[in-house]
Amino acid sequence: MLAQQLLNGVLSGAVYALFALGFTLMFGVLGVINLTYGFYFSAGAFIALFSSQHLALPIWAALPLAAVVTGAVAVVIDELLLTPLRRAKASELSSLMVTLGATLLLYSLMTAWFGTDIRRFPAATFSGGAFEMAGLRISLSQILIVMTVFIIVAGLALLLRYSRIGLAIRALAENDEAAQLMGVNATAMVRLVSFISGSLGGAAGVLVGLNYNAIQPYMGEVMMLKGFAVIILGGLGDIRGAVAAGFILGMLETLTAGYVASSMKDAVGFALLVLTLWFRPVGLFGRVAAKRA
Amino acid sequence: MAIYLDNFLFTYQSLIYALGVNSLLALSMYVVLAVGQLSLGQAAFMGIGAYASALLTVKFQMPFPIALAAAAVVPATVALMIGTPTLRLSGVYLAISTIGLGEMLRILYLNWDYAGGALGLNGIPEKAGFASIFGALALALAALVAVCRSRIGRAFEAMREDEPAAGVMGINLPAYRLGALVTSAMLAGVAGAFNAHVSSFIAPGDYGFDAAVTILSFALLGGIGSPFGPVLGAIILTALPEVLRPLHDYRLVVNGFIIVAVVIFMPKGLLSWRIGRLGVRS
Repeated sequence: MLAQQLLNGVLSGAVYALFALGFTLMFGVLGVINLTYGFYFSAGAFIALFSSQHLALPIWAALPLAAVVTGAVAVVIDELLLTPLRRAKASELSSLMVTLGATLLLYSLMTAWFGTDIRRFPAATFSGGAFEMAGLRISLSQILIVMTVFIIVAGLALLLRYSRIGLAIRALAENDEAAQLMGVNATAMVRLVSFISGSLGGAAGVLVGLNYNAIQPYMGEVMMLKGFAVIILGGLGDIRGAVAAGFILGMLETLTAGYVASSMKDAVGFALLVLTLWFRPVGLFGRVAAKRA
Repeated sequence: MAIYLDNFLFTYQSLIYALGVNSLLALSMYVVLAVGQLSLGQAAFMGIGAYASALLTVKFQMPFPIALAAAAVVPATVALMIGTPTLRLSGVYLAISTIGLGEMLRILYLNWDYAGGALGLNGIPEKAGFASIFGALALALAALVAVCRSRIGRAFEAMREDEPAAGVMGINLPAYRLGALVTSAMLAGVAGAFNAHVSSFIAPGDYGFDAAVTILSFALLGGIGSPFGPVLGAIILTALPEVLRPLHDYRLVVNGFIIVAVVIFMPKGLLSWRIGRLGVRS
């Protein structure tokens, strides 16, 4: 029983980590809390759903397709909404408000279009098979989730750590003016980071859609609540922290659902958020977010 | 003449009440924006006020004034709990935790059987009316204009324009921010109580993300140079969907679009007056 709970905790933790990674990367490099991020999550799930329904794509093709499209959407939204503000050197709250308005706009358009009914993947998208190992039940979609998350997180970590592009991104996060003086192409890097973040959000949406097999426009909003908790607990802009905090939230939620009450599960994130702000506002690993005067 | 007025009031009663309640909500948003912070918890505070007052009048048969007081005190307490840790940090922390607050409360109301669970609370006595709502609105407006003319108002303006400089001038930033947040929670809570006691029905879904963003759009459209801006914004955005019926279904799309357009193209809003110090020409 406990082992199964822990396994489920790792699974939802993996998705939270993936989701929060893109969110915190956006904040770390672009300096913006981008609330449209939850929309990419919903959009990713919808794109995968439609490409498997209407184009009969298998899930291993629908997942990357959804990720690429949401990444592109993220670049366009950033270009339209945030680049003008960046150029005008507007405050971080103005960019927060713009993304807030855009989120409401996008969600309500999506709802007007698709309705709020819960949609499901066609049965042929993935086999519902499951393994039994030492009394533990793990389904194929869950294995797909863990492997995808592992590959993406490892790939991103390697990119940021060891490539020239990663170096440029980290330099921008540290000090954008200095980085530009050193020849970093800020415009290109901002687009790249938006793309990566958008596709991480989209991929997370596909995986969650698969795991619960329930897709509707506002699913991203519920996820954002967890995303906030994870990036605050991990420390704003802290990538390592986001991954660790994602797993912590996943574990705590499944344990709460299993041993306290399943209705309390969704409150865990908020409790964690408030406690972190009271006792350790810099987050798990204590990297202080840059304060710009 | 009086009959026409009566008919008019009767036909448009709910719209008129909505104008008053939304203007109060817009003012509550203004108080937070005035210190350069962003709270997305105005709908949540409104909900707390609505539930607190409605539980008192429905379950305990308390008189309305007591319920109204509770609708101010309870949200203020919650604002203290959220604001104390977050307002020492940069602005994004308050925004994030107040969005979280709204979602958390929705879950709480849904699972709280005593308060009606998913069905919400019914049969709330219709104790509020034209006089109480617009009296409260006039009072709030007058008080805020007085504050704008005072030392506190200038401190607010300094914080909004250049926070580090304001801090260096000896303005106690966290204290002012917390004071503003608590005041705004009270205003929103009272608006929630009025709303509950004119519509006689409240439900958990009324105080979510959509409502929070709509309240923000009131304040941004009107502009936060003076308290009159947000009220103007609330009036326009409440009346517009009634006048232009086809807009009604897309009012969330419109609200979202207005926020985007105003922040990018018209950061000062429609009314860009500011209220100066009494007797000083600026």
